[in-house]
Amino acid sequence: MIIDTATAMVEVEEGVKVVPGANTIIATMDKVINWARYSSLWPVTFGLACCAIEMMTTGSSHYDMDRLGMIFRGSPRQADLIIVAGTVSKKMAPVVRRIYDEMPEPRYVISMGSCACTGGIFRSYSTVQGCDSFLPVDVYIPGCPPRPEALMYGFVKLQEKIRKEHFRWSRWR
Amino acid sequence: MEPLEIAERIKERFPEEVVAVSEFRGQVSVTIRKGRVVEICRWLHDEPELRFDFLKDLCGVDYLGKKPLRFEVVYTLYSMRHRHMIRLKAEVGEDDPSIDSVVPVWIGAGWHERECYDMYGIAFNGHPDLRRILMPEDWEGHPLRKDYPEKGPEREWQGFREVLDKAEKLKEFSWKE
Repeated sequence: MIIDTATAMVEVEEGVKVVPGANTIIATMDKVINWARYSSLWPVTFGLACCAIEMMTTGSSHYDMDRLGMIFRGSPRQADLIIVAGTVSKKMAPVVRRIYDEMPEPRYVISMGSCACTGGIFRSYSTVQGCDSFLPVDVYIPGCPPRPEALMYGFVKLQEKIRKEHFRWSRWR
Repeated sequence: MEPLEIAERIKERFPEEVVAVSEFRGQVSVTIRKGRVVEICRWLHDEPELRFDFLKDLCGVDYLGKKPLRFEVVYTLYSMRHRHMIRLKAEVGEDDPSIDSVVPVWIGAGWHERECYDMYGIAFNGHPDLRRILMPEDWEGHPLRKDYPEKGPEREWQGFREVLDKAEKLKEFSWKE
C-alpha cells in the first residue's frame, strides 16, 4: 500500500482534483453526474425491423455492449435510451412515441438505420419519413442495417454528447 | 393427378363457370366466374380423387386497365393426400367488388380474406369477421389498388397526425441547453 504524504491537491483531469491521503475527489456536479450517466446508459429492449437483429448482435458476447456499461432493460421506466432500430410504420408511430414518453428524464434517442433516419427506401404511404418527425433524436446512425461497430460508434458519440452536458441535473434551470 | 387433368375435371363438372385454363411452367390456373366459387371449392375439397384439403394462399390482384374485369382473387390449392396442386382465379368486377367467402371450406382463409379486403377493398360475403388486418382500422382507401397514390392520400392518417401534434405539444417540456 502506498501512503501518500503530499498535501497539495493533485489535478488528475481538467476539473477533477484528488486530495491526497483523504480519499477525496473534488469535482463539479456536472462532471460527476455526467460521468454516472454516460457510464451506465441503459437502452430499452425495443426493436422494429432488421436493424434490431444487428442491435441484438451488438448486445451479445462478440461485440459486448456491457463493456460500455450498457444493459438492455425490459421496461422503459428503467431505461435511459431508446434505440429506434428499424422502419417506423405510421401504425407503429404512436407506440414508439408512447414508449419514449414512458421513459424518465434524462432520456436519449438513437435513430438506427436509414429507415429510422429518413424512411430509407420506403417512400410509401405506410412509412414514417424519419422518426425525428415525432422524436427528439440525439444520434443518427446511417446504414442498412448499420454494422455493430457503427452502432457502438453511435453509442460513443452519445456518450461524448452527455459528457458535454451542463446543468442537466438542476431543478431550477 | 396431373394439374391439366384436374383442370379438365373442373371443366367437366362446372362447364359454364370456367372461363379459361392456362399453363405456365407446369402450373395450371383455372379462371372462373365468381358466382359459384364456394360450390367449386367445396367440391374440390370433398371429391375423394382431388381432396384439396389445404389452401396454400389466397390473394388479390388488380388488373387496372389490363383486363375487362378489374380484380382477381387467386386461390392456390394443395392436396396433402394426393400431393397435387391447382390455382383458381376468380374474376371480380370493379362495380361490385365482392365475392363469397371460402371460410366454410378452409377455416384458414379468414385472415387471407381480411388481407385481401384490406389491400384491395374486395368484400367477402359471409366472412365471420371482415375487418382490416394490416392497416389501421380507420385508414382510408385500399393501398394495393393501382390507382392508389404511392405516397398515400393527401390527408395524413388521423392517428399519425395525433402523434405529430403530441410531439409538438410536449416539446416545451424537453430539456434545453
